[in-house]
Amino acid sequence: MYEGIVQDLIDELGRLPGIGPKSAQRIAFHLLSADPADVRRLAATLNEIKDKVRFCRLCFNVAQAELCRICSDQRRDPEQICVVEESKDVIAIERTREFRGRYHVLGGAINPIGGIGPDDLHIRELIARLADGTVTELILATDPNTEGEVTASYLARQIAPMGVKVTRLASGLPMGGDLEWADEVTLGRAFEGRRVVA
Amino acid sequence: MTARFPTTGICSCRSGCPGDVHLTHLSLMDFRSYPALDLLLAPGVTTFVGSNGQGKTNLLEAVGYLATLGSHRVASDAPLVRQGAASAAVRARIVRGDRAALVELEIIPGRANRARLNRVPLGRPRDLLGLLVMVLFAPEDLALVRGDPVERRRFLDDLLVARTPRLAGVLADYDRVLRQRSTLLRTAAAARRGGRTSDLRTLDVWDAQLARYGSELLAARGALVEALRPRVENAYSAVASSPAPTRSPASISAAGEVTLTRLEYHSTVLAGLPDQALIGRAHSASIPGEPIAGTPGGDRAALEEAMLAELARLRPKEIERGVTLVGPHRDELLLFINGRPARGYASHGESWSLALALKLASFELLRDDQREPVLLLDDVFAELDTHRRARLAELVMPAEQVLVTAAVDADVPVTLAGARFEVVDGRVDHVAG
Repeated sequence: MYEGIVQDLIDELGRLPGIGPKSAQRIAFHLLSADPADVRRLAATLNEIKDKVRFCRLCFNVAQAELCRICSDQRRDPEQICVVEESKDVIAIERTREFRGRYHVLGGAINPIGGIGPDDLHIRELIARLADGTVTELILATDPNTEGEVTASYLARQIAPMGVKVTRLASGLPMGGDLEWADEVTLGRAFEGRRVVA
Repeated sequence: MTARFPTTGICSCRSGCPGDVHLTHLSLMDFRSYPALDLLLAPGVTTFVGSNGQGKTNLLEAVGYLATLGSHRVASDAPLVRQGAASAAVRARIVRGDRAALVELEIIPGRANRARLNRVPLGRPRDLLGLLVMVLFAPEDLALVRGDPVERRRFLDDLLVARTPRLAGVLADYDRVLRQRSTLLRTAAAARRGGRTSDLRTLDVWDAQLARYGSELLAARGALVEALRPRVENAYSAVASSPAPTRSPASISAAGEVTLTRLEYHSTVLAGLPDQALIGRAHSASIPGEPIAGTPGGDRAALEEAMLAELARLRPKEIERGVTLVGPHRDELLLFINGRPARGYASHGESWSLALALKLASFELLRDDQREPVLLLDDVFAELDTHRRARLAELVMPAEQVLVTAAVDADVPVTLAGARFEVVDGRVDHVAG
């Protein structure tokens, strides 16, 4: 145990995801020996995020204004909405530069063990966005795990009666990989989702 | 493949490559009582002799852990790590035909294990499954006959994974969905009792997921029980029959006597079906086989439908009790001896014969699949009378490698001559002769 404030810092850092006690200690001592200006800038940023960062009124992506950068961009296709679990998924899809539509961030996935039901996610707001008939395709891009699959199926069942086309991201083999090294689940999914090419 | 595995890699297909399998090297670090141990092993029989508490079983447990990623003695990993150490390591060289693989597993309690194959880290330890296949005989086997249904379900599922490593993923997915769905039901039941409104809007989608994985598991179990049935019957006759030549297994069946032992799989999924067209037998909830053992694809779809129907039928009851009542996790493998349930009716000797028969049938089945299991016989001879000892020794002889533990030399039938090691207080020494 270190004295007072040093231990407080280690404890606070250790509460962050992916940081264990040893990493927390390393980061704390790095901050102690770092340039004071750098540390003050970090502290100022930390102070600001809770005041300045908000969630987009439409899609619940992180935003600096009422609307996020993507929702306020008139060039984005308003007919397609891609549904993801977290803001970081938006960044991942944006990196592909493949998708020109808009997003909807659910804020998680259905998870009874974690106490998360449909009302804890931004599902009602998603359905409201579909009401005026502008959106023609909803792309479900929740994680390919048990909870993500269940969330996607739940949304599909809710939204199908509204006459919107609902699609799910394909899951399958990674590019640049060898077929013989693919695990059986991935390979099985890829078989299920095979396409006609000729 | 050679590019990625610079050492002579074992075939990575993990299914049915020809060639017998044995271990040539086992090393332990901070595993149970062993701070460090290096052991050279050979094909054939190896016996570890020592008094109780000297560390014999720990050796077999380590080999078993490499094969199944679990211990046959404890449910959690913490007891496997030597007191004071942070993690344990098990390393083995596995030879199949003319190829060898170095398998390493680090066991870290409370965290995910780390696995390496030929010094290359594997993404998931689960990818090791299938490289080493084993059948373990232990005093705990008696629970297969006398214990709760969960023991027999685990027996089936372990064997499923040994035959088809892919099913480890299906089992994990099923278990995950089951826990989520059961939590949903339990929360809803508690809310109802508390006078609040229960939220079951997502139950339909959980049902669909449960039926998807459940039907796959059920189809696989059905096929497995079919494959086991004749082998268990034969093995039981072989172990239980008296040594007199007039009562050999063949003469029993030739005389048209009743089958001595019988396996039935009773599924909660099929319990509510008014007619058993799906499984081809009327007025019974058991799965007699052919339809399920046949083409898995078509049958799986039928089972999935049946499971959804049964979930719908029992839904009010499930909501009331807050439990998932339908699915392979509630099914039962029933064992009969001479027409009576073995659990509750069988004598001690009969129970042992049947437990051995189940294990011997697994051994034979895996051999027929060309999975070439290594046999582990942990202190099992001490539990058996002279006759059963001799029959067991005879029946395990065809194995490529047999590792045996015993408290005293005299417990092990002389027919199982082979390498002998003495285990005294964590030291393992080769004994000549």
